[in-house]
Amino acid sequence: MSVQVTSHTFKQNAAEALKDAPLQDALGNLKVGFIKKRLNAIELVPEWQRIRDEAREMKNHVLENLDHYLLRYEHSVQANGGHVHWAETSANAGEIIVDICKKANAKTVAKGKSMVGEEAEVNRRLEEVGIAPIETDLGEYIIQLAEEPPSHIIAPAVHKTKEQVSELFHKHHQQYGLTEKITNRVDLVTEARTVLREKFRNADVGITGANFLVAETGQHVLVTNEGNGDLSSNLPRVHIVIVGIEKVVPTLEDASLLLRLLARSATGQHFSNYTSLMGGPKRDGDKDGPEEFHVVLVDNKRTELFDSELREMLRCFRCGACINHCPVYGAVGGHAYGWVYPGPMGSVITPAMVGLEKTRDLPHACTLNGRCAEVCPMSIPLPSLLRKHRRTTFEKQLQSMRSRTALALWSQVARRPKLYRNLSDLAVRTLSWLGRRQGHVRRLPLVSAWTKSRNLPTSGNNRTFISEYTAQKNRSESS
Amino acid sequence: MDKRPTVGLFVTCLVDTQRPNIGFAAVQLLEQAGCEVVVPTQQTCCGQPAWNSGDDASSRVLAQQTITAFEGFDYVVLPSGSCAGTLVKHYPEMFADDPTWLAKAGDLAGRTHELLSFLCDVLQVELSPVVFNETATYHDSCSGLRELGIKEQPRHLLANTTTLTLDEMEDTDTCCGFGGTFCVKYPDISERMVDDKLSLASQTGARVLLGGDLGCLMNLAGRASRLGLPLRVFHTAEVLAGMADGAGIAGKESK
Repeated sequence: MSVQVTSHTFKQNAAEALKDAPLQDALGNLKVGFIKKRLNAIELVPEWQRIRDEAREMKNHVLENLDHYLLRYEHSVQANGGHVHWAETSANAGEIIVDICKKANAKTVAKGKSMVGEEAEVNRRLEEVGIAPIETDLGEYIIQLAEEPPSHIIAPAVHKTKEQVSELFHKHHQQYGLTEKITNRVDLVTEARTVLREKFRNADVGITGANFLVAETGQHVLVTNEGNGDLSSNLPRVHIVIVGIEKVVPTLEDASLLLRLLARSATGQHFSNYTSLMGGPKRDGDKDGPEEFHVVLVDNKRTELFDSELREMLRCFRCGACINHCPVYGAVGGHAYGWVYPGPMGSVITPAMVGLEKTRDLPHACTLNGRCAEVCPMSIPLPSLLRKHRRTTFEKQLQSMRSRTALALWSQVARRPKLYRNLSDLAVRTLSWLGRRQGHVRRLPLVSAWTKSRNLPTSGNNRTFISEYTAQKNRSESS
Repeated sequence: MDKRPTVGLFVTCLVDTQRPNIGFAAVQLLEQAGCEVVVPTQQTCCGQPAWNSGDDASSRVLAQQTITAFEGFDYVVLPSGSCAGTLVKHYPEMFADDPTWLAKAGDLAGRTHELLSFLCDVLQVELSPVVFNETATYHDSCSGLRELGIKEQPRHLLANTTTLTLDEMEDTDTCCGFGGTFCVKYPDISERMVDDKLSLASQTGARVLLGGDLGCLMNLAGRASRLGLPLRVFHTAEVLAGMADGAGIAGKESK
């Protein structure tokens, strides 16, 4: 895996994120921006749970018959005059894309937002052969200027404040004649739109992702709020779709079922501003559209996921609801997770795609509070999938020696009720004595991770509940 | 006349060692509700820390120990949604490949309840009135809320039994940052989460914080006490049993 993975320094990344004041400001907007809007949107859909159930069943059926639907999709795309490429790894996907761009003599490429494109590091690969990729999603454009990876799968620049964006435009747009700092949100959007419009016109190739692939028609559904995906698809001579193999659905009806869930879960919109059905090159009589159309179907460990006990993760359609509702993500943001996918879905996918050895913290950096699974429109049991990764970290002894020793000692004691009683009584007596004045202990060597920021409550009793209760019972029975 | 239902009280390791008052409150409430309460001394920990750490073998040993210790009771009751969730939801998962123990785990799961939902939903009991003239706010602990659907039951019991005023905080169902071993493995993130929670609690008029899971309450109380916040923290059972007259969790005895 050539993508630079920093998940192995998760703790350090998180510590830095917690101290990053602008990041913390930006993260504060998640609650209003996503959580409340989602709630308002789904309140207006009384059949929400029924749609979720149908979507889960439909997607399970597709996954069981993935080969069939993918071949059907390939056949339909070819019938429409398009080309289908199969990429086993993310590197393969990147190479295929670079090849197509080279053959098209591309100088610049307009890119719509694609997380699979991030997996395949399309931008880096294009730059290496002298082709300039231009991100056209506003958020992606901002972080491209900042030379940063996305920190959220649907809001890639959610970690940036308005002031930081203003600063970036001031620095990078002077070449287009921008002289003064723009402070107003609307003016910032207008500025980006003006600069990007010219780039759309000049791009030789457009690369986008796809939200769903429709097997029966060979079309794909592309959902955006800025219309940049449509411009990237239709204006350049060549259009390439890069997409994970799990995104296929049988029919247009199935795609619309998922569309009812997608925008509401993602941004709290009933429908995104642009929901486009596309597929194939420009036909005779079409007013616009690309001359060439390619789809790159990316596996990159997805078939391994299918064969593992994490199969349910393949139902994920990347709405980001789990991320928006994750209190850990809300505290540290997306970059701390150290690869393409952050938050709960990322903590399941990243270890599967880049290896648990490099990402051992991710499945553990979760309180298992279950909010992600509660809001997941595809009913993916994220906490239990994280627990499965935890089992692997335990079996492969990937956790620190210290935490493994503590767990082993504790479990040996807990298996011996008598020893456990005696040790508990001893611990309680000691703690109660230490905390006799305040009702708590401020510092204690073995539990310093707790006492670093919290006092440890002490009971005020000299015995455990069970010893005390049993003693009382015996007294009352003998009297 | 029906015989009194027998209840095996699984007091949980945290209540046993950190806050026996909750155990005594649970006994009092269950007896008030007409149950015959037994506290088996073979109980230790339900095994949740092992299960959540991926140590399935240890989880199964502790689950078998618990299943055996609580055989024969009409009900098994725990003053914790998180530990009750382990018995109800996760023991059956642990023995998915072991029909004998799966049957036993299923039988235990069917008899097991979290204390407050047991009083409210199963026994539908009217408790003796309690004077507790405080304004309190409520933290919904995640496992109880999402694994067992505990949300209205404690509020219903408090409203019908006590004189307290409930002043709900915003995001009452957001995690407090405890998360079992999470809080010691990732103390910085946990600290941020508990601070967010305490800040929402402090925005209400409440000087008392209640909940149904000692893990979360120790986290909240321990942090509140470190920050010197004027917040007394109790388990709901303590208030319902009229046993919240002393110091709150992590508080000084003479308040």
